[in-house]
Amino acid sequence: MSQKLVERLQQEFGSDILATGSQKGDESITVAPDKVQPVLTHLRDREGCEQLSDVIGVDYPEREKRFEVNYLMRSWRNNHRLIVKTDVQEGAAVPTATGIYHAADWHEREVYDLFGVRFEGHPDLRRILCHHQFEGHALRKDYEIERGQECTTPENLFSDEDLERAARRANNLVADLGGVADEIYPSDLLTVNLGPSHPATHGALRAEVLLDGETILESKTEIGYIHRCFEKEAEDHTWAEVMPYTDRLNYCSAMTNNSIYASAVEKMLGVEITPRAQAVRVIVSELGRIIDHLVCVCANLVDVGALTNYWYLYNVRESIYESLEKLCGSRLTTNYARIGGMSHDLYEGFEAEIREKMEELVKGANDVMNLVARNRIFLDRTVGVGVISQADALSFGFTGPCLRATGLAYDLRKHAPYWGYDQYDFDIPVGSTGDTHDRIMVRMAELVQSRSIVLQALDKLPDGPINIDDHSVILPPKEKVYGSIEGVMNQFKLIYEGIQVPAGEGYGFGEGANGELGFFCVSDGTGHAYRMKVRPPCFPIFSAFTHIIQGGMVPDAIATLGSLNIIAGELDR
Amino acid sequence: MAVDLEKPSNFITTRLRQAVNWGRKYSLWPLPFGVACCAIEFMSTVSSYNDISRFGAELVRFSPRQSDLMIIAGTISYKQAPILKTIYEQMAEPKYVIAMGVCASSGGFYNNYSTLQGADRVIPVDIYVAGCPPTPENLLFALTQIQDKVEKEGFQPAAVRHANRAEA
Repeated sequence: MSQKLVERLQQEFGSDILATGSQKGDESITVAPDKVQPVLTHLRDREGCEQLSDVIGVDYPEREKRFEVNYLMRSWRNNHRLIVKTDVQEGAAVPTATGIYHAADWHEREVYDLFGVRFEGHPDLRRILCHHQFEGHALRKDYEIERGQECTTPENLFSDEDLERAARRANNLVADLGGVADEIYPSDLLTVNLGPSHPATHGALRAEVLLDGETILESKTEIGYIHRCFEKEAEDHTWAEVMPYTDRLNYCSAMTNNSIYASAVEKMLGVEITPRAQAVRVIVSELGRIIDHLVCVCANLVDVGALTNYWYLYNVRESIYESLEKLCGSRLTTNYARIGGMSHDLYEGFEAEIREKMEELVKGANDVMNLVARNRIFLDRTVGVGVISQADALSFGFTGPCLRATGLAYDLRKHAPYWGYDQYDFDIPVGSTGDTHDRIMVRMAELVQSRSIVLQALDKLPDGPINIDDHSVILPPKEKVYGSIEGVMNQFKLIYEGIQVPAGEGYGFGEGANGELGFFCVSDGTGHAYRMKVRPPCFPIFSAFTHIIQGGMVPDAIATLGSLNIIAGELDR
Repeated sequence: MAVDLEKPSNFITTRLRQAVNWGRKYSLWPLPFGVACCAIEFMSTVSSYNDISRFGAELVRFSPRQSDLMIIAGTISYKQAPILKTIYEQMAEPKYVIAMGVCASSGGFYNNYSTLQGADRVIPVDIYVAGCPPTPENLLFALTQIQDKVEKEGFQPAAVRHANRAEA
């Protein structure tokens, strides 16, 4: 499919396409920086690429054109992907794609922040993850990982211009409503910080809003408060050592992150895992999804004042955690998947226990639905609040429940099945208007679907080994390590030198709890990643937050934020 | 406290300081400075199964003016550090701080350009809790240790308690 797309592009653009490539199932084309805009526009308008999934910078200091910028394009309608590459030298700039996709705004800011690549024409090219007093660019190869830089004051987000614009907007609003009021001056407006330490922000996010009464005239968001340098750490550790870091991306569904990361590296290696490992990954990933949705919905309901539901849903989650703790020794940060399989097999009695817990889930979910489904306050707080249209959602790069709430049945488990998801019978719940209510209800419906997948997977759990039989990837059994010199050497080399991943690039992805979770890996043939880029589902979703809340009320912004399910660990990495 | 067992009456004798501290010990109002994974485990600690209200600390306040126990739940980055300091300074005395989890205690396995290597580089910490993230039981244990401190030390403000730290 994507091969044909490249051929069509070659016909259209001829010699402007400098090179084409194909690696691990991903087609790529290389163009000059000034051709990025026309190619992206063409892809959007003619080839049905609704989404710019990610913009990825890679630093090759030895090359003349040092930086490579990768645009990850995706079309759900034609179900194809394409990587558009361009090479930039130090000091040169790439024309911005912000006019083509909303998503480009934050993605380009990130590349600017971490690599120092400038984007010509970007409306707001500031740092995004590192603080405003930071000097240098952290993901360049010549920046040492441990070189911390202190930050002494928080950044002021609004300039005088912003204040004046907001005041004008307020005056227009009054005029539009036909009201008569004294002129509103910038000094009349109230600036309020929602976060970075705020009960309703669910993590370290900051949204500064300019208020006239309770109406949000202008808002700006700032992230990076828990930027923990996952990507730099991944370059500093062996492929296998990165696994615990993936737990802490989306800490509500660590199981899902583990498994998708392992899959991405397996794709690089060209390794196929055993049927049993696939089924186990499906089970634990769906449990991760269930937990994530439970946390999101219960916290969201607390935000709109429905505290009781918190206990109903949290008890189910606590109960599933008991089994996960038995399974891998930890509740939250599971570290269970391994490249080439899982850390160990399921324990005896796991199946019966999970079946029981799935019944508790039904009870908890029903209790909550009984409380909120026809609750007037709940409906008033959520219906028609925080609406985002389907076209905007796609352009911002939404995936997962937030996109499905706009009525688009797009799920990677169906569209690009992995781990044998095509053999399970499940539906994709969708909403209709893309408001907060839809987002909550899609999540509630997905709980039921995930439960069904877990039960199906338990029914037909295949026997056989959990790990592949290739000890250049997975650690040898302990008997061999303690019993033979070959075993010792095998273990030693795997631990110290790491799994030798062949040189090349690959993009491994899956349906995380919040949407498309992807790992773009570049290997130079050693035991470490040369570059690892996470495509966190929250990042594009949160970039739309300002767009959604502007013009609305403060309490609506809080309800909206909860339903978008922003997990700061994944957002900032 | 003492009760006369031979002639039971409605009176007990105690020192005022002891009685007040006994009351304060069971009415700590925590401020969860929740930034990362540990905040989720803090939520578990508050929820019904682990039930932090058994220790009298269920009144979670998000306003630093109303709370006397800060629980730093999560990784503190350099970007977050000035905010943590401001919020700590806004708390009224006597105030206590728990660094929940290895990130808040020492930076944990995030030894990199963006992560503060322990919250105690910015504000004084009373109790460090191990774990990544610590289990709810672990956090409750830390809470009981804070309670012991409250009972023993009384109204000692943080500046006095951490006087040695300032000199060092």
